[in-house]
Amino acid sequence: MTVNDMTEPGTRRNEDAIPAGPDKPEGPISAAILAAGVGALALGLFTTLAEASTSVKNWLQWSDQVGPLSGKTIMAVLVWLISWVGLHLWLRGKTYETRRALTLALVLIALGVLGTFPTFFELFAPE
Amino acid sequence: MSFTNHEWWGLIHGMGFGALFLLAFAGGLADLYSLRSKLLTTAGVTERVRRLKIGVVAMAVAAWGTVLTGTWIVYPWYRAKTPDSPRSQLLANPATADWHTFGMEWKEHIAWLAPILATTVAFIVVYSGAQLVRHDRVRRTAMGLYVLAFAFAAVAGAFGAFITKVAPVQ
Repeated sequence: MTVNDMTEPGTRRNEDAIPAGPDKPEGPISAAILAAGVGALALGLFTTLAEASTSVKNWLQWSDQVGPLSGKTIMAVLVWLISWVGLHLWLRGKTYETRRALTLALVLIALGVLGTFPTFFELFAPE
Repeated sequence: MSFTNHEWWGLIHGMGFGALFLLAFAGGLADLYSLRSKLLTTAGVTERVRRLKIGVVAMAVAAWGTVLTGTWIVYPWYRAKTPDSPRSQLLANPATADWHTFGMEWKEHIAWLAPILATTVAFIVVYSGAQLVRHDRVRRTAMGLYVLAFAFAAVAGAFGAFITKVAPVQ
């Protein structure tokens, strides 16, 4: 990415205020954004799966006091962190635009939110 | 005039970590928004970026503190299988059951998106540093994720406050 690509339209830059030095690659930022989307999707997926299947719900009950929420959240965080590491290694030297990453992440986050929405996941509850 | 152990942890969860995250949001958003070359001098950029880094990292820590204390300390008291637990009280009355079946069920899950997104924003700010001044696209992306983190925390916080009003953890 170049500086001119990212300057806000309609503004004049104060050159003195812009720090000198080479640009860092955008790949690691995109990796972090995509991983957040993957983590959100994982949370929605585990939430809906736990509602749809008693065996999944029981498996996710890693703490009797907290219930299945313990497994859902720990698994979602693990998926998020592992995907972040993987995406970071894949994209760290690449010029993967954050706009693309954000668009994809927003779709994943929307699906994740849908999966955590009670009216939605209750549709999958056993009769 | 005192609080029980459960009430103290409820306060730490909601009015400590949770309120810190929600109240600090406006300041962080203003800093991110105004991190533009036309608005700042070099000294201003250095000072603003340092403050922003501290702010977003602190907010990510507060978000994690909120969900960890909420899920692992307060929530077990809420869902205890006793007749006087908040969950039991809410479900015992059809007029209040939705506070659990919808409000708590959504809150307990969606809250976890806030620390994930807040951590992502913290990473972007710490990684990019002063480069954010010239990378409007990245700065706007960080702002968007930051607003989303706040929105999810606000949903969880609002339901938490309402549910506590109807059936407090005591």
